[in-house]
Amino acid sequence: MSRADVREAGAGRRPNPLWALGLLRSELVTTVRRWRTLALLGVLAAVPVLVGVAVRIETRGGGSVGGGSGEGPAFITQITNNGLFLVFTALAATLPFFLPMTVGVVAGDAIAGEAGGGTLRYLLVAPAGRTRLLLTKYATVLAFCLLATLVVAVSALIVGALLFPLGELTTISGTRISFAEGLGRALLIALVVAASLVGVAALGLFVSTLTNSGIAAMATTVGLLITVQIVDQIPQLHAVQPYLFSHYWLSFADLMREPVYWDDLVKNLGLQGLYAAVFGSAAWARFTAKDISV
Amino acid sequence: MDEPSATQPDPGDAPASVIATRGLTKRYRGGQLAVDGLDLTVPAGSVFGFLGPNGSGKTTTIRMLMGLIEPTAGTARVLGHPMPRSARTVLPQVGALIEGPALYGFLSGRDNLLRYDAADPTADPRTRKARVAAALDRVGLAAAAGKKAKAYSLGMKQRLGLAAALLQPRRLLVLDEPTNGLDPQGMREIRTLVRELAADGTTVFLSSHLLDEIEQVCTHAAVMAQGRLVTQGAVADLAAGARGRLVVTTPDGAEAARVLKELGVGDVTADGERVTGEPPERDLAEVTAALVAAGVRVRGLTVERASLEDAFVALTGEGFDVAG
Repeated sequence: MSRADVREAGAGRRPNPLWALGLLRSELVTTVRRWRTLALLGVLAAVPVLVGVAVRIETRGGGSVGGGSGEGPAFITQITNNGLFLVFTALAATLPFFLPMTVGVVAGDAIAGEAGGGTLRYLLVAPAGRTRLLLTKYATVLAFCLLATLVVAVSALIVGALLFPLGELTTISGTRISFAEGLGRALLIALVVAASLVGVAALGLFVSTLTNSGIAAMATTVGLLITVQIVDQIPQLHAVQPYLFSHYWLSFADLMREPVYWDDLVKNLGLQGLYAAVFGSAAWARFTAKDISV
Repeated sequence: MDEPSATQPDPGDAPASVIATRGLTKRYRGGQLAVDGLDLTVPAGSVFGFLGPNGSGKTTTIRMLMGLIEPTAGTARVLGHPMPRSARTVLPQVGALIEGPALYGFLSGRDNLLRYDAADPTADPRTRKARVAAALDRVGLAAAAGKKAKAYSLGMKQRLGLAAALLQPRRLLVLDEPTNGLDPQGMREIRTLVRELAADGTTVFLSSHLLDEIEQVCTHAAVMAQGRLVTQGAVADLAAGARGRLVVTTPDGAEAARVLKELGVGDVTADGERVTGEPPERDLAEVTAALVAAGVRVRGLTVERASLEDAFVALTGEGFDVAG
């Protein structure tokens, strides 16, 4: 049996390198078509509606939110002046928990859910290839991070435009920028928020390779998220806090300074890259050596 | 080996054995020895029955052959290539149904197959829809292709699993309990399908706990018990290993038993109208003549062929469904 014979046996099949992307397309379509994914996105889309309506009701008499004392999520006091601020408020409100929770659900389920359903063995004998499947899963989770963030941002933009005036806006530094530039900053912020989820996505994917139960992987990932958020609040633990994936999340607000204050933004993106590298490698090491016995 | 044909796979090009394992062993963490030194040889073009009680290591073996689990020791070659190292070369030519079908319940039957096909990097997306439709048609699911898989009955899921194994022309089909959950009509259809595929030159590796199923469709078989290979070979040879019985049906049982003993038939037992013994070397016609000459009224005389089940019980010393 020589190599040539194998090629003969696959007569008429000349694999095209692009065909390998078929799995990614299938994965994206399958993820978006799941009822669960749509429910998660629905919850995310509802948050800006809730915040917008609450602010609108509270300020109906011409008062300001929270008495103007800076209570509540960042930028909330500015919403009544400019609906665009609802985008920033909604992202600030969802980033600590809602957004990473949905990412944790999708990432935790990525491999463990397929294993639990038994479909993993059929993907692998197809043969999807373990590395290719893992990369496809991670790419899909990252696509979901972006999609989830954009759902929040777009929902907030629509609600903001409907309920509040739009126009020029004032940055944190006090300078005025045009509405178009404000929109540009909003898009940039959405991208940074999506990138902030890269670390938790890698962590979730790693957890997902450890178990054959999708539910267990989701719960573990979300549990880790809560733990990290709590640890980040305890002053006595300040020594470890710079290494927590959520520590610099709210640095996206620095994009609303003039000029932009980059230090924490860069630290945040670097930390996310580190998490992606460490937990991505761990997931790869685990998944490529794992016995698939379910 | 002959010159490979340029146009289509020639069975002559195939390796003599499609599956060959040497000392294949799997010990799970925790020390349980699931498969112990397996030397299995599946000839090309055969329909190979893989038998054994539940827990005897059949599925662990299949998972090692498919590269899903790493052997603790020993080697496995599939289509002439070492597994799991050559999974990317080997597996596109192998269709598999392992431990029952697994489907995405929220997708339709057709979308399930489209997804599994997309996972194969050697599958041409241009012909994907047509191949999926052909596979659905082949297992009789064309009418239910648009239904969500979670609404499928067990038999329909089994058919869809089979369809996934038939998305491409395969050189080897590994079917683990393919008739599970099917009604008798469905089982017959699957057996017909297996025969058709085998006639096309596909080697079929079929695990089953239904001995008569193996006897009906398989040319070769192997028997496992407690992680070890008890025997393997052509089904006819295996069944011949357990000898049949001469059976005489007659109202004159005692007299018949006496005549048979006189003729040199061993181990004669009379049970009412049924007298049995070891099959004699001589021509059965002579036996009949001798019985009739002695005034025994013979209703029937036959040699009951040993079944694979007799062979199995003789080999493993236990009933078939006993867990190992």
